[in-house]
Amino acid sequence: MIEILPAIAFYMFAAVTVAAGVLVISAKNPVHSVLWLILAFFSAAGLFVLLGAEFLAMLLIIVYVGAVAVLFLFVVMMLNINYEELREGAFAYLPLGGLVAAVLVVEMVTLGAAWQFGPDVASNLASVAPAISDVENTKALGRVIYTDYIFIFQGAGMILLVAMIGAIVLTHRTRTGVKRQNVVKQNARRPEDAYALVDVEIGKGVTMPKKKG
Amino acid sequence: MTIGLGHYLTVAAILFVVGVLGIFLNRKNVIIILMSVELMLLAVNINFVAFSSFLNDLAGQVFTMFVLTVAAAEAAIGLAILVIYFRSRGSIAVEDINQMKG
Repeated sequence: MIEILPAIAFYMFAAVTVAAGVLVISAKNPVHSVLWLILAFFSAAGLFVLLGAEFLAMLLIIVYVGAVAVLFLFVVMMLNINYEELREGAFAYLPLGGLVAAVLVVEMVTLGAAWQFGPDVASNLASVAPAISDVENTKALGRVIYTDYIFIFQGAGMILLVAMIGAIVLTHRTRTGVKRQNVVKQNARRPEDAYALVDVEIGKGVTMPKKKG
Repeated sequence: MTIGLGHYLTVAAILFVVGVLGIFLNRKNVIIILMSVELMLLAVNINFVAFSSFLNDLAGQVFTMFVLTVAAAEAAIGLAILVIYFRSRGSIAVEDINQMKG
């Protein structure tokens, strides 16, 4: 009974992942699509746990569910779009697309079934994973990332930095007609800019001095 | 009833094809297309982790992390472009995008 549990867990997570993926592309409402996408990522994280990659499973939940999916949700809700209009003729290509997809999946599964590891693959590993009883997955991954893959890791950080700056630069806009505090101008203001003492002769008015700057 | 590498590869293949089909069918809605790309990258990640696990090699998991990084950056930039495009055109239909010149 206990031996069959991993298989049951695999089939459950796999079925939920694929079903949620199908619903992502077929849901009428894009908000529903994003929620199905979250479910797909969550069950894929379950598959990662079954494969022994706990760190990546948690990373998937934090990065995808916590950041990317919420970003999608924000954008879907922020833009005021008539989604019905966008769906017009959406499934016009279903027969052809379904045929191509079916051929593609049959090809890929056949390839996966027919293929096997080369005889010397065990001696050509890039970074051998230590036994799970010695070092847990997160620690083992950290040991590899910060030594062998340190430059690629830094490059990944640069990619994120560039993406962040790029997103800010793209979406930033200066609005006109907004009153803002100008601290430099406020600090540079002197009493003589603000007022003037004038001796007023009786019976004569005062002409306002011209404003300076 | 052991779950082998082939099982995971099959799941990843199906998920990838679902992503391709999503791009095929929802040709107008850029948001769904971006989500389909995310699904395809997820399928690639499942392949990476499956091979990493069955080969006992951590390199696959390291590369999954980099794929994850690039996917997050791609989503952020893609949605930023979508927002400014919507701001200027008032629509996100893909077929209008070819009018963006310069």
